[in-house]
Amino acid sequence: MTKRFGPFAGREWIALLILGLLLFVVFPTTLDVFRLNLVGKYLTYAFVAMGLVLCWGYGGILSLGQGVFFGLGGYCMAMFLKLEASTPEATKIQSTPGIPDFMDWNQVTALPWWWEPFHSLPLTLILVIAVPVFFAFVIGLAMFKRRVGGVYFAIITQAIAAILTILIIGQQGYTGGVNGITDLRTLLGWDIRTDDAKFVLYFVNGGLLIACLLIGQGIRISKFGRLMIAIRDKEDRVRFSGYDVANFKIFIFCMAAAFSAIGGAMFALQVGFMSPSFVGIVPSIEMVIFCAVGGRLSLFGAIYGALLVNAAKTTFSESFPELWLFAMGGLFIAVVMAFPNGLAGVLHKHIEPRIYRLFGGLRGSGTTGAVSSPHAAE
Amino acid sequence: MNAAILANQVPDPLQKEFILTVERLTVSFDGFKAVNDLSLYVDEHEIRVIIGPNGAGKTTVLDLICGRTKATEGTIKFRDKELTTMREHEIVHAGVGRKFQNPSIYEELTVFENLELSFPRGRSVFGALAFRRDAEVRDKIEEIASLVFLKDSLQTEAAILSHGQKQWLEIGMLLIQSPELLMLDEPVAGMSVAERLKTAELLNNIIHNQSVIVIEHDMKFVEDIAHRVTVMHQGKILSEGSMDHVKHDPKVVEVYLGH
Repeated sequence: MTKRFGPFAGREWIALLILGLLLFVVFPTTLDVFRLNLVGKYLTYAFVAMGLVLCWGYGGILSLGQGVFFGLGGYCMAMFLKLEASTPEATKIQSTPGIPDFMDWNQVTALPWWWEPFHSLPLTLILVIAVPVFFAFVIGLAMFKRRVGGVYFAIITQAIAAILTILIIGQQGYTGGVNGITDLRTLLGWDIRTDDAKFVLYFVNGGLLIACLLIGQGIRISKFGRLMIAIRDKEDRVRFSGYDVANFKIFIFCMAAAFSAIGGAMFALQVGFMSPSFVGIVPSIEMVIFCAVGGRLSLFGAIYGALLVNAAKTTFSESFPELWLFAMGGLFIAVVMAFPNGLAGVLHKHIEPRIYRLFGGLRGSGTTGAVSSPHAAE
Repeated sequence: MNAAILANQVPDPLQKEFILTVERLTVSFDGFKAVNDLSLYVDEHEIRVIIGPNGAGKTTVLDLICGRTKATEGTIKFRDKELTTMREHEIVHAGVGRKFQNPSIYEELTVFENLELSFPRGRSVFGALAFRRDAEVRDKIEEIASLVFLKDSLQTEAAILSHGQKQWLEIGMLLIQSPELLMLDEPVAGMSVAERLKTAELLNNIIHNQSVIVIEHDMKFVEDIAHRVTVMHQGKILSEGSMDHVKHDPKVVEVYLGH
């Protein structure tokens, strides 16, 4: 067993240090604001991937609908920002001033009641988490209490992602339809489109990411974390040891939803819009790939997986847009077949031992070289 | 023989409160009655062994008691609690522990962690998050580990235990919950002769605190532990009594021992 100091084992402290340096020193000093904002966008997916580590990697619950929670969190944030951008003065050319422009275009003449709470920032911040978590709770309650699991659960979450996309697109007057909610401008009067704002938001995003990482680690090392492994392994044994297994699954699924929602909200803030193309089946599966590539048992791995795959996606899809989806599919198959524990698994199994051998007694110092591989690829 | 002496000490069942009262229990799978109108009474501090040919419904009876399968008809009373309407984890909380036929342990966790997860504290979601490994937990785990001969393997990953050790570990995982009724489905299957003897000794040691229902095929082992034996055949009870009694029951000889 590895020795633990506080919440992390020795090598995990080094991984945390490297991650911190990378996110808060290396990226901000070496990348221009445009690129940094792009990295910030990639990192919003890392929230989802970390949620998947908890619920898929540890709990064995594969959700192919995490886009739903990313989207709900993102839409909640975007609704607030949109309302702030839709002051009567700014929208005086509309036939109904004071409501979002897309509502006016769709002959909606009054703000729907469920948009009202999003006038308030504190309420919005609560709803960003509460709406997706409530949704996850209802899905979890309906599924896990009836012992729906495995492939069936994955298919149902996928269906939910499809349904939500169709709903958003169909209700154009209330949701902005296929274009989503665009033209977001200010947060409490602070213009989020400026370079300065993007720089600040990047750090807020990074801070939240580390906070989620710590929460995830806290769950992982608690008895709850070991129970999740036990449930994945022998669900019946856990049940007949006096645990109501469904409650544990519901909790971890809600936790993953909360992480995704934070990512979604930060996405809306940093990218400046939210649309159904981040909700549906394809983005949801992409999120699973981020997690799988990084390593579904490693919270750190999930972050690097999200960064790497997205960086590759940007590079590739610029040069070969039509090939990207195939490359992505191939990558997923390759990872599942050859490296079931992703980059983190490769690092742990193949690279770390070599480094230890190289440095002899100098244990731990080796992780540096290995973890910096994603950095080199950036 | 140890068991023979114990068998003589069992008092007349009619004068006592039973720990488990199963009456007219029936379960039907698409018309096939795996357990058919079965009644069974288990005393406090009794080791009861259920034997019978394959497909007799032995495991199904345990499934019904622990809530894994829902009864079609009949009642299962554990002291004064009706188990047929309770959910699995509630039955465990009431004091019924169940060991499965194949060793059912958490292979990726250590022996210590396996026992820790079975320790009856922090069984709710937030209880599990707040659970701390204190002295009480450690002491209890060590106590149980030495009882099931695994004291030196606490930090071993459960996957690499021998088959017999896995069986013991699962028994230990039940013991740490201090159930009042312990149900063991073929606890010595796949064990060596030496391991069987140790297991028989273990069961005879723990009996001061609990009642045990055991399903077993190994006749030598049954003789070593049984206070009373119930023979099942085609979902019904064929014979019941001391090992000597059932051994010489002509019906039993015909369907089971004769083979």
